[in-house]
Amino acid sequence: MGRTLTFNIFRYNPSDPASSPHMDKFTLDETERMTLFIALNRIREEIDPTLMFDFCCRAGICGACAMVINGRPGLACHTKTKEMPAEITLMPLPVFKLVGDLSVDTGTWFRGMYQKVESWVHTDKKFDPKAQEERMDNALAEQIYELDRCIECGCCVGACGTALMREDFLGAVALNRLARFILDPRDQRTEKDYFDIVGTDEGIFGCMGLLACEDVCPKQIPLQEQLGKLRRKMALAAVKNILPKFLKKDF
Amino acid sequence: MKIIQTDLLCVGAGLAGERVAIEAADNGFSVICLSIVPARRSHSSAAQGGMQAALGNSAMGEGDSPDVHFADTVKGSDWGCDQEVARLFVDAAPIAMRQMAFWGVPWNRVVPGEQTYYKGGKPFTAFEKPENEGLIHSRNFGGTAKWRTCYTSDGTGHCVLYTLDNRAAQMGVSVIDKVEAIALIHDGDTCMGVIARCLKTGELTAYLAKATLIATGGFGRIYRESTNAVICDGGGLITALDTGVVPLGNMEAVQFHPTGIVPTDILVTEGCRGDGGTLLDKNEYRFMPDYEPEKAELASRDVVSRRMTEHMRKGLGVPSPYGDHLWLDIRHLGEAHIRTKLREVDEICQSFLGVDPVYQLIPVRPTQHYSMGGVRTNKDGAAYGLKGLFSAGEASCWDMHGFNRLGGNSLAETVVAGMIIGGKIVEFLKGAETVIKTASVRDAMDKQNARIADLVACKNGSENPYTVRNAMFDSIMKGAGIFRNGKDLETCVAELQEILGRARRVGLRSSGKGANPELTMALKIEGMVKLALCVAYGALKRTESRGAHTREDFPERNDRDWLTRTLATWADGADLPTLNYEPATHIFEMPPGDRGYGGGKIIPMNG
Repeated sequence: MGRTLTFNIFRYNPSDPASSPHMDKFTLDETERMTLFIALNRIREEIDPTLMFDFCCRAGICGACAMVINGRPGLACHTKTKEMPAEITLMPLPVFKLVGDLSVDTGTWFRGMYQKVESWVHTDKKFDPKAQEERMDNALAEQIYELDRCIECGCCVGACGTALMREDFLGAVALNRLARFILDPRDQRTEKDYFDIVGTDEGIFGCMGLLACEDVCPKQIPLQEQLGKLRRKMALAAVKNILPKFLKKDF
Repeated sequence: MKIIQTDLLCVGAGLAGERVAIEAADNGFSVICLSIVPARRSHSSAAQGGMQAALGNSAMGEGDSPDVHFADTVKGSDWGCDQEVARLFVDAAPIAMRQMAFWGVPWNRVVPGEQTYYKGGKPFTAFEKPENEGLIHSRNFGGTAKWRTCYTSDGTGHCVLYTLDNRAAQMGVSVIDKVEAIALIHDGDTCMGVIARCLKTGELTAYLAKATLIATGGFGRIYRESTNAVICDGGGLITALDTGVVPLGNMEAVQFHPTGIVPTDILVTEGCRGDGGTLLDKNEYRFMPDYEPEKAELASRDVVSRRMTEHMRKGLGVPSPYGDHLWLDIRHLGEAHIRTKLREVDEICQSFLGVDPVYQLIPVRPTQHYSMGGVRTNKDGAAYGLKGLFSAGEASCWDMHGFNRLGGNSLAETVVAGMIIGGKIVEFLKGAETVIKTASVRDAMDKQNARIADLVACKNGSENPYTVRNAMFDSIMKGAGIFRNGKDLETCVAELQEILGRARRVGLRSSGKGANPELTMALKIEGMVKLALCVAYGALKRTESRGAHTREDFPERNDRDWLTRTLATWADGADLPTLNYEPATHIFEMPPGDRGYGGGKIIPMNG
């Protein structure tokens, strides 16, 4: 300890005509077990009350505090200053609309995403409150959970080359979401239904395979594996639609 | 003035808010949910443990029924709950869990055959029946006779919240995020909606509705040390209290957890102590056996929290830049055990502290965890005092928890209460039209605009809202924390009254433009201090110990005088709440008795 930390922080308040984008410098004495959660709150409460940033659970569960930390998207809550150089540069996540300073609007982006992929169980069954629950294999439930662990922090989107270039790209998070429903027997959508959603450049074919999404995922979700599986499945579905009926059986 | 109208307005889009919203949308009503954060970031997502429902599918849950669940819940509440509500809850819980499964929650399921489980750190085997294969499984939580807690690995809240939010999207519920309700619109008789501030632009909007639901979660952030998310600052409760007519119930009932990590107060599981972890002081001396020779670290949550506080008060805490703390030592459990059986603890220590618990001590302190109190409602979820106002989840005092809620019952409450209260709101919406009084809307909007202008101009003073908040933290932690006594509570109430005066004199250092966080704090601080006063003053007046409310000077649970629920209202301009009392329950399905844990003497009802 005993270091003095310097924070270079992106500043801009779009609601204030007097504000223009720039970097501000703040210094703090490092304390034991300091995280960016502690540091940013101290800067706001002791130095500049206008500093905008988002934290919610501050425990790596809700995904609110994603930002670009020394050039890399990550969660600020579990970034420990002792593992950082004395000079720390903080920028808001790209792709998402800026609210101000380090705060971005992830809500609107993700809502759009889950409307596009229709992120819910599609079934024509009706819930019967008197009936016992439908059974499920525990291993399958755990597999679904593995993909359900995504916290929508937006790190994978912020790190994605395609998402930076084209606004309509669904991103690894959407493909992972869809993979979750493909796995779920409660969802009655067919391969063709899924293909209609992601069998385009907005979906699986837009990915350039730069792998940054998986590198920055704070929950270590195997995003590229899901994407690969989806691509193979969708390519197969595309082929099936071309082939005459009698040939399809073997797929 | 920007006005948006809907049938049902849910303030809060966590599990309770969204479950109610879905019920109304499913019945054809238009619904808007307002949320400070994107719905999926709600604090509901942080609940890892699970939801209690008496399904009885697992070997250790065999023979379970809503009746057993009811008895556990009433005992847990220390007979402070409304037994009619507890009954509604336990009967509906299994249906709610099955419905969640139907909507997509990947509950862990029963795997047949011999399975290894852990109890008190020791492995044992149980035989899961083949005929139960694939049904919803359950795990163990404290204070229950049967294993009853449905779960999805370590992410129950997260999975259920995502599933509900998916369902809400499917049903066309409109979730507007980064918006904060700052006042209710009402005429003293009927609630007509809220004035809300956009946390992206700072703009105010009037949301008008036939029914308004407060589902904003707990208010743990009136304490400095809290396991709650930073958004759990009681915003919804403040809007209710500010009406002067809506009472808050049992605000003095606050639950603490022994092992929040320092400095960020993230919870590490009680399993650490269950598995043999010990608590050490600044001399690395194990002190718990001195206080609790029989159970030591394995005494109940509240007892351990109290002993830790007592020990730190003796000056034996470890000083740190974040205040005193103690050590949790799990090093002797060994690397194999820590990296596998306590994986979550290992990850929390490494990720948030940079501490490797295999070799290093974990800094911990008792931490505020759950608020049993909230907006007082009847069994239908309708708030007292205003027609058209409802409340559900941790924000409410529906009151199935009384003075101490059981693990797994709070998360279950969100969806079960959401289902029940959602149904009642649908009945209400079918039967009623609301007359919106434009004068009430205009008055509410003018008042909030004026408040903001005054804060920006420092019209009432220039107290720093963060400094005032820190003063509140100091006072309430000291006076109305885990241990309470008449003398300290009196001091606390007097201090908080003085702090309330300062809260009324805050002013901004900045312009207040846009999503300005200083203004967000300034708009809330007076209300937060009022909530703190409801806690402290309620605790001062309640001269008994019940559940989580522990008076050193009144150690008995006094059923003769205090089988009651505190109702706190706040008259305009007052510097203390008005306290009234009502019977804890009108129906006794189970007469008051011993909880079977926690000890303590009881003064009987007719004693």
